[in-house]
Amino acid sequence: MKRVLLGDEAIAQGAIDAGLSGVYAYPGTPSTEITEFIQLSESKRKEGQPIFCRWATNEKTAMEAALGMSYMGKRALVCMKHVGMNVCADAFMNAAITGVNGGLVVVAADDPSMHSSQNEQDSRFYGKFAMIPAFEPSNQQEAYDMTQRAFDLSEKLHTPILMRVTTRMAHSRAVVMTADNKREQNAMSMPDNVQHFILLPAFAKRNYAELVAAQDDFIRDAETSGQNIYTCGTNPQKAIVACGIGYNYVMEHLQGSNERTMLKITQYPLPVALINRMVADGAEEILVVEEGQPVVEELLRGMVPSSVKVVGRLTGALPRMGELSPDALRKALGLNALPVKEADSLVANRPPALCQGCGHRDMYAALNEVAREYPSPRIFGDIGCYTLGALSPFHAIHACVEMGASVTMAKGAADAGQHPAIAVIGDSTFTHSGITGLLDCVNSNANVVILISDNLTTGMTGGQDSAGTGRLEQICYGVGVPQEHVRVVVPLPKNMDEIKQVLREEIDYNGTSVVIARRECIQTLKRHLKANKK
Amino acid sequence: MKKNIILAGVGGQGILSIATVIGEAALSEGLYLKQAEVHGMSQRGGDVQSNLRLSSEPIMSDLIEKGDADLIVSLEPMEALRYLPYLKPQGWIVTSSIPFVNIPDYPNIDEVIAHVSSHPNHVLLDVDALAKAAGAPQQAANMVLLGAAIPMLGIDHDKMIAGVRRVFARKGDEVVEKNVAAVEAGYEHSKNKMQ
Repeated sequence: MKRVLLGDEAIAQGAIDAGLSGVYAYPGTPSTEITEFIQLSESKRKEGQPIFCRWATNEKTAMEAALGMSYMGKRALVCMKHVGMNVCADAFMNAAITGVNGGLVVVAADDPSMHSSQNEQDSRFYGKFAMIPAFEPSNQQEAYDMTQRAFDLSEKLHTPILMRVTTRMAHSRAVVMTADNKREQNAMSMPDNVQHFILLPAFAKRNYAELVAAQDDFIRDAETSGQNIYTCGTNPQKAIVACGIGYNYVMEHLQGSNERTMLKITQYPLPVALINRMVADGAEEILVVEEGQPVVEELLRGMVPSSVKVVGRLTGALPRMGELSPDALRKALGLNALPVKEADSLVANRPPALCQGCGHRDMYAALNEVAREYPSPRIFGDIGCYTLGALSPFHAIHACVEMGASVTMAKGAADAGQHPAIAVIGDSTFTHSGITGLLDCVNSNANVVILISDNLTTGMTGGQDSAGTGRLEQICYGVGVPQEHVRVVVPLPKNMDEIKQVLREEIDYNGTSVVIARRECIQTLKRHLKANKK
Repeated sequence: MKKNIILAGVGGQGILSIATVIGEAALSEGLYLKQAEVHGMSQRGGDVQSNLRLSSEPIMSDLIEKGDADLIVSLEPMEALRYLPYLKPQGWIVTSSIPFVNIPDYPNIDEVIAHVSSHPNHVLLDVDALAKAAGAPQQAANMVLLGAAIPMLGIDHDKMIAGVRRVFARKGDEVVEKNVAAVEAGYEHSKNKMQ
C-alpha cells in the first residue's frame, strides 16, 4: 500500500508489520509520533493480537520493560529523544551484554540544531559505546524497511539494534510502500540460556567476551547487508562518505553525476572492507557528510592511510555544529552559489510562548511576586512548557538543565545555604525523574519548596498521558513529605492572594515542602471540550 | 515539473492542513513529494514553517535550499517576509494580509504590507474576509490561502478541489462544501495573476 508517512510513522508501521508486541517510550521531540502512531493504530484495531503501547514513566523504565518483553521471546520497540538515551543508558548498555531473545530495537531521535532540545548529542556514540549494530535510514522508505530488518537482525545476532534518526528524518513526510500483510507476533519463549540475563561478574565476563567476538559478525553484516552502498566514481580520487540523511543533501546536488566515489552509510559499525576498497580504488580526499557530531570523520582518520585526507565537520569543510542543509553541501562540494535575496529588515523574532490562559502563567505570576519579597531568591526550573518561564515577560527561572534537575539542584543549593531555594517542575517531569530527588530532600529535610505545576498532562510534546495524574499528593506523602506541607492551589488570577500566601508559608517553613499548582492544560482542555460536544 | 514551496505561519494557524491537501492532490497527479514539518516547542505561538517539495522526478533533500523556493505561502504577512532568502528571484509570495500580533515588537503593519507589495510576484489577500464572504467559518481561512496559491502550484484546479473533498470527507458534507467554497474564493482572487 502507498501511504504518505512521517519518518517516525514509517518506523512505527515498520515495527507493527514486523510483528511488534510492545512499544515502550516516554514522549520527547522528535520521537513522540512513533508511539502515538502505534497507539492510534491500536485504537482502530479490530482483530489480531494487541500491541502494548501505554506511555512509560521514563526512558529507563521503558528500556527495562522492553528488555523484559524481549526476554520472553517477543519483539519490543523502545523510542526516545536523544537525551533520553542518557536516562536509559544503564539499561541500554547492559542490554548489549545480556543480548536479546525476542527482537529488541531502540530508536533514538537526535535533534541537531537543538530545535526542541538542550544539546545535540549524537546517539551513534551510544551504538559504538555499547558495541551493537546501529541503523541510520536516509529516507522514509528505508525507515520502514530497516525497522523490519532491524528486528530480524536483532534475533539473528542476539543483540539489541540501535536505530538512529534525526529531526528531519523524523518529521518529514514522503510516500512509503508498506506491506499488505503483517508478520505474526512471536509466541512466548524462554531464553535458551538464562545465564545470559544474569549479569553476575562470572557470567557477565563470558557474555562480554561473546559480544567482543561478535564484532566481526556485526562488521560483516554491515559490509554485505546492502545497507551500505559503495560506488566507484570516474574520478575516484575525490570520494564522499555520506551517512543517513546526509546522503540526500549530497545527492540533491550530484544526482545523475558519477564522477565522485560514493559510500552511502546506513548501518554501523563501519563496513571496513568497503572503506578499504575506496582507498584501493584511489581515494585521496574523503568528504564525510554526517548529521550530528563528527563520529565517522574521527573513526575514518584511524582507518585510512595518513596520505588520504579526511575532511568534514572537524576541518571546516562542513559546519562544526547544527544540522546539515543543501546550502552547506553546495559549499562543501565547491558548487556555484545560488542568488539569494537579503533578509527583510522588518522581520522580528517570534519566540514560542506559554499559551494564553495557561495555568503556568498564573503560577509564575504568583511566584514572581513572592520571590521579590526575598533578597536573593533562586528558582530552579525544569524541562517542559514551563521552561518558557525563562523568557519575557516572566524571567522567572535561574536554571534549567535536564529532567528532574530542578528538585535536586534546589536541594544542593539549599545544602550550600541558599534560601529560598525553589524548584519548579511539571507533573510529568516530576514522575519521570523528580520523585527520587524529593526523597533525597526528605531524608535530609532540605529547606526547599518543590512547586509542581500540574497541568495533568505531558504538555510540551502535545498532551500525552502523565504517569502520576491524580496521585501526586499520595506520591509526596509516600516519599515522606509531611501532609501539612503538601499544599494544593488552583492557578487562576482570582486565587492570586491565596497562592502567594501558601508560597510564603512554605518558603518560611524550615524543611521540605511541596506546593502543587493544579489546573488542566489549556490545549488538552480545548480538546476534551470538543470531544464532549460530539 | 518541480516545485519548492515554503508554507509559513504562526504555531497553531493551520499550515499543516494546507500541506495535507496539496500533498493529497500531488499524489493523485502521480508526483513525488517530501514535506518537512516543525513539531515541538515552536508550535507554542512561535514562527513555524514547512518545506513542501513536489516533483515528477524523485526528490532527495527534505529541505529547500536558500534561493531555490518557487513559492512562499504564508498565513501571516511578516512570516512571509521571514523566508525571503529562500525565494527564487522570480518566485511568488502568496500571503494573508492579516497580522498575527503576539510579540511586543511587531513591526508597523503598513510597512510590512509595503514590503510584500514591493516584491514583483505577490498575492496579498484578506483570507478572513474572503472566507466570511464565501460563507465559510474562520477556521477555513487557510483554505482560502490554499485556493489563492493554486495557479502558482502547477497543480490542476479540479484535482486540488478533489483533494479538499477527500481530506475533509470524514468531517461530513457541510464541512467539505464550506472548505471547497473557501478554496474557490481564494482561487477566484488570484486566478488571473499569473497572466
